[in-house]
Amino acid sequence: MVNPTPNLEPVVSRYFNLPDAWKIETVLKLGAYETARKALAGKPEDVAKMVSDAGLRGCGGAGFPTAKKWSFLPKDTKKPIYLVINADEGEPGTCKDRYILERDPHSLIEGIIMSCYAIKSNKCYVYIRGEYVIPTQRFQAAVDEAYAKGFLGNNVFGTSNYRVDITVHRGAGAYICGEETALLNSLEGKRGLPRLKPPFPAIVGLFGCPTIINNVETIASVMHIGRMGAENFSKWGGGTLGPHLYSVSGHVAKPGVYELPMGITLREIIYTYGGGVRGGKKIKAVIPGGMSAKILRADEIDVKMDFDSLKAAGTMLGSSGVMVMDEDTCMVKALLYGCRFFAHESCGQCSPCREGTGWALKIIERIYRGEGKIEDLDTLLDVAGRMEGRTICVFAEAAAWPIQSYIAKFRAEFEDYIKSGKSAGKETAVHAAH
Amino acid sequence: MANITIDGKQITVKDGSLIIEAIDQLNGDLPRYCYHPGLSIAGNCRICQVEVEKMPRTVIACNTTVTEGMVIHTKSGKATDSQKYALEFLLANHPLDCPVCDQAGECKLQDYYMEYGAYDPKFNENKVKKSKKAFSIGPTINLDQERCILCSRCVRFTDEVTKTHEFGMFNRGDHTAVDVYTELNNKYSGNVADICPVGALTDKDFRFKMRVWYLGKQKSVCPGCSRGCNISIETEKSRPYHLKKERVMRLKPIENPEVNKWWMCDEGRYAYKSIDIGRIEKVQARAAGRLEETTWENALVAAGKIVGEAAAQPSRWAFVTSSQYTNEELFLQKKFVKDVLRINRVAYSWSFDQGFEDNFLIRGDKNPNSAGAREIFGAGEDISQVVEAAKRGELDGLIVFGRDLSKYGADTLSVVRAKVKTILYSGVNVNATSNSADLVLPGASYAETDGTFTNFEGRVQRIRKALEPMADARATWKIVQDLAAGQGIIWKNKRAEDIFVSLAMESGAFKGMSYTALDPHGKIWSGPGAAQPAVAATAGAH
Ligand SMILES: Cc1cc2nc3c(=O)[nH]c(=O)nc-3n(C[C@H](O)[C@H](O)[C@H](O)COP(=O)(O)O)c2cc1C
Ligand code: SF4
Ligand code: SF4
Repeated sequence: MVNPTPNLEPVVSRYFNLPDAWKIETVLKLGAYETARKALAGKPEDVAKMVSDAGLRGCGGAGFPTAKKWSFLPKDTKKPIYLVINADEGEPGTCKDRYILERDPHSLIEGIIMSCYAIKSNKCYVYIRGEYVIPTQRFQAAVDEAYAKGFLGNNVFGTSNYRVDITVHRGAGAYICGEETALLNSLEGKRGLPRLKPPFPAIVGLFGCPTIINNVETIASVMHIGRMGAENFSKWGGGTLGPHLYSVSGHVAKPGVYELPMGITLREIIYTYGGGVRGGKKIKAVIPGGMSAKILRADEIDVKMDFDSLKAAGTMLGSSGVMVMDEDTCMVKALLYGCRFFAHESCGQCSPCREGTGWALKIIERIYRGEGKIEDLDTLLDVAGRMEGRTICVFAEAAAWPIQSYIAKFRAEFEDYIKSGKSAGKETAVHAAH
Repeated sequence: MANITIDGKQITVKDGSLIIEAIDQLNGDLPRYCYHPGLSIAGNCRICQVEVEKMPRTVIACNTTVTEGMVIHTKSGKATDSQKYALEFLLANHPLDCPVCDQAGECKLQDYYMEYGAYDPKFNENKVKKSKKAFSIGPTINLDQERCILCSRCVRFTDEVTKTHEFGMFNRGDHTAVDVYTELNNKYSGNVADICPVGALTDKDFRFKMRVWYLGKQKSVCPGCSRGCNISIETEKSRPYHLKKERVMRLKPIENPEVNKWWMCDEGRYAYKSIDIGRIEKVQARAAGRLEETTWENALVAAGKIVGEAAAQPSRWAFVTSSQYTNEELFLQKKFVKDVLRINRVAYSWSFDQGFEDNFLIRGDKNPNSAGAREIFGAGEDISQVVEAAKRGELDGLIVFGRDLSKYGADTLSVVRAKVKTILYSGVNVNATSNSADLVLPGASYAETDGTFTNFEGRVQRIRKALEPMADARATWKIVQDLAAGQGIIWKNKRAEDIFVSLAMESGAFKGMSYTALDPHGKIWSGPGAAQPAVAATAGAH
């Protein structure tokens, strides 16, 4: 379900509930591709400046300022520059990019044309999560339509004298291929292993060429910034940080994707838009930004849902996947699910992550079976602590944070479980959105 | 250049060096599994972590570049803690089957646990089981997936060095396992056992032959082709009853950045058996049509007669030798031919030693010292010309060192013998020529003597005695010296090095060289006449 914000003209989600918005004929009537056409009549730097003025930050997880990322590209390279769209959307609790691909693909294509122009790239790869069959079909169909209209390919719009090509590539189901350098390896036909950095992709990326990797929502937002103007975009909804898509799941009455002004409180997302906790129960815990983000207790949900505020609160906005757990949730089981996910998805390169995720899973499984010992909690924290910051990519951190935060915030519950060998509550846990 | 400090010691290193390269320049005291200077950086094992002042976290020394003034600690609490924990992760699912593992003694898990680990293990869960144990992945190598620490050296070796791509990583997480896509059967396969830091890839030829701490080791040069890869001859000397008295257990490459980097080919690696098998062990002389054992004393008397006959009729004799011999041996042979025999017909080259060649290590010329032979003897005749002359009845006798004339066909020797009265043979291994000679003088193998080879590019490298000559065998330079002495010409060389001193004085290209100057990587000769390598890059047949 998509639940547009009351009293506000939706931005990125504006066509999510419009029938057939994925067809070019539908949206052309509404002015699709006009923004890109205008942008290509101007200078590339103007697009980048507008993105910078809007303060757009990457929606893939790290919140890196988009215009700044683009500025890392070498100034006069003889190699081609690539734009790669990260549509792998593998973070548990996250399903926003899917809506863009499936329901409003032309806005993304328009954003791609503008972004390619801004970074002087003629070639964009869109790497879509393998499980996203319909989104891939819809997006590919939209790309074909855009080519047919002359909006892609040589001399975009027939007047720009600028070439933009899009190739759609499907992933094969590994979460790690959402990590940008693993994604590049996967695109190159290699095993999806994150690369050592440095060098960073802006310098040595796809096929050894300078490459910018951005999230779907990030690039769709580029188009909307162009359409609305930087100021209107960032001031949307009365805030200063622009609109943002939140995927809300778990024990809420109305799960779904919500477009809200970035910086809204977690409480408002859950109670004002998500319909509160299912069955009128109390909240026990909330993950604010996808499985990788540190968990918050019920008394911490007045935090503002933007990159800096959540960082200050010791967690992160990440992919903005909000997962709500009610009072009956068993935190041991919740952590078990988390550990199972990370142990399954570690690419297996780095010894701390490969062995640590598996080790942590075995401990938490043992605790769950009622065979835990109190010392196991310290071993878990120890294993998590030693994984953190000692690996090729930040997956290991993502795997460590749930362990650390669940135990830190719910230690008494873990200890009770270990002592009694079972859960005190009804032993439910949140199943992630997918 | 950058000035940095490592554990309180100041050191100057090249700009752009990695921290691990700087440490290796200093003392090499840092554990590593995935890092190998001959392969790309993988950064996966995470054991080479060091603390760098002003950096918030420990960093891996293999992917961090030094900067001017950098202060590095490899033994601080933060650093050793990171190293220890990397090891504990690596050992978490390791089967710890050390008592039955053939890697013991050269296993980096064992070594680093003692040196850098020694932690109190906390892992208390069931270990991951993997399917392939003692599993043959090709003619030379066995794989044990559970012992593998997934450092990816083998994968990178076959991707980057041989470009044959047999290895790959399969699965994910702690179920990741190394395996092969296709049989590991390339010309350099043995190297993967060398670079595997643990007992996951073991060499079938060596497995369970002996514990490595009993091995004697001697640095030498592979005689398999004109590249001259540096090797370690590894021997069992303490138990002569062991393994049918075989003494050489294996050869391993030794790093020489100028010649073979860290590698050697399989053909060279596994060619060592002829050092112990098929040897001419005894001095033999023909009596009543049969070869009978005799003593060196008697044989040298007999040899004195033969050499005397040859010296009396030099135009009806020929001298055949081989570019398998060292510069020292060839130099004495040349003096023997010139000053004692005064024979003109000298041949050392033939077409049979031309073989497979690639653009990595393997050279088409299968002799280790063709360049040296050419410098010392000049071009000489082709051995086939000598054989043809013998067949035509133009020769009364042959003095043959190390070449088996039956290469020209099985009946060659009977045809030759019908025309030639006398054959004196000296060599290392039994062959048709030694079997049909009148006098057989057993020579020491390259593993049993000191000397030098000159490789295809004119690089002179030392070989060293790893073993005593087998049975009655004698170093060939001694045999030649003995033959000369039989004619009253006394050369007083006590060691191969003494001969090299004369060589360096008398022979153009070797001018100015000495054994000490040859270490550690050999030296390209530069005396008069050595302006170009004696043998061009695509070596001719010798
Ligand atoms: C383990 C892991 C998984 C990731 N998965 C995704 C993903 O599915 N989608 C995505 O956009 N970014 C993902 N990221 C973040 C990307 O590496 C990268 O930062 C992002 O695509 C950059 O786009 P942005 O600057 O527009 O945010 C992941 C990162 C990690 C470490
Ligand atoms: S941290 Fe984990 S997922 Fe990332 S590269 Fe290392 S092993 Fe792979
Ligand atoms: S088999 Fe050996 S070299 Fe290959 S990855 Fe495993 S430990 Fe490393």
